Amino acid sequence: MIMSLGPYASFIVTSYAAAALVVALLIGWIALDYRNQTQRLRELEQRGITRRSGRSATEL
Amino acid sequence: MTLIDLANPTRFLALTARILPWLAAATVLLLAIGLYQAALAPDDYQQGATVKIMFIHVPNAWLSMFVWGVMSIASLGTLVWRHPLADVAAKAAAPIGAAFTFLALLTGSLWGRPMWGTYWEWDARLTSVLILFLMYLGLMALWRAVDDPSRAARAAAVLTLVGALNLPIIKFSVDWWNTLHQPASVMRMGGSALDKSFLIPLLVMAVAFTLLFVTLHLAAMRNEILRRRVRSLQMMQASRVAFSNEIGGARGQNASNEVGAA
Repeated sequence: MIMSLGPYASFIVTSYAAAALVVALLIGWIALDYRNQTQRLRELEQRGITRRSGRSATEL
Repeated sequence: MTLIDLANPTRFLALTARILPWLAAATVLLLAIGLYQAALAPDDYQQGATVKIMFIHVPNAWLSMFVWGVMSIASLGTLVWRHPLADVAAKAAAPIGAAFTFLALLTGSLWGRPMWGTYWEWDARLTSVLILFLMYLGLMALWRAVDDPSRAARAAAVLTLVGALNLPIIKFSVDWWNTLHQPASVMRMGGSALDKSFLIPLLVMAVAFTLLFVTLHLAAMRNEILRRRVRSLQMMQASRVAFSNEIGGARGQNASNEVGAA
């Protein structure tokens, strides 16, 4: 069944598409940031810079 | 696990690692149910199919204020209780709140054009939400402007609490002033004015977007904790380099003195 959105379909579709795009950008940004931070921590640890506790900085 | 236990960032990271997949799954499931119900919702007798914009506009509008509320509580945590994760929570929430506020403004504008005949009107509700969006951006700029997170945290906390004054203005703007924006139709005295066929999908979407916020917020807080670990390790590295240079410089100086004496 194809949904009928009437004469203002473009406004409805644009609203949902914009919401999907912004949410996708947020998720992508947070995922990329996580990857960057863990990578930087690993690089620092490989250079011998460790936390005072001696535990891995990426340890959960 | 108590709130005190969560003050330990390592414990917080362990908790987020456990619950994030479940939260993400619940968010996807509720969003799917909400979108399905929104698609099946009948057309409004006046607005026609454009009423479907409500299912995306209203949750974003609610969250734009809810996120600032969360940031305000976190700011109290920073200023009053000095909770170690309070400023992490406040900082991580700001870009997410800004995104929801942007979506509330954009979808409201796209809903307004066919219904009101204009994308924008400088009425009290629209203007106060625009001010909220600008405050989110200002707060994000403040966090980036100050290098030391603890100094930035206190300034941002004060700004957040002052900005919280805007929340009742947004909520009651439609009652206090004559606005093009309609008055409250869900959270109002005497119950919701919406028919169940609209109200149920709207509430499902609202819960789904709230879960989306919680999921993204926890993930962003995890990133912020890792960013601060990077910063402290980099500072540790810089101080080691400075210390070894100092030692090396002092040895060089002693050696040249000895040569001079000889």
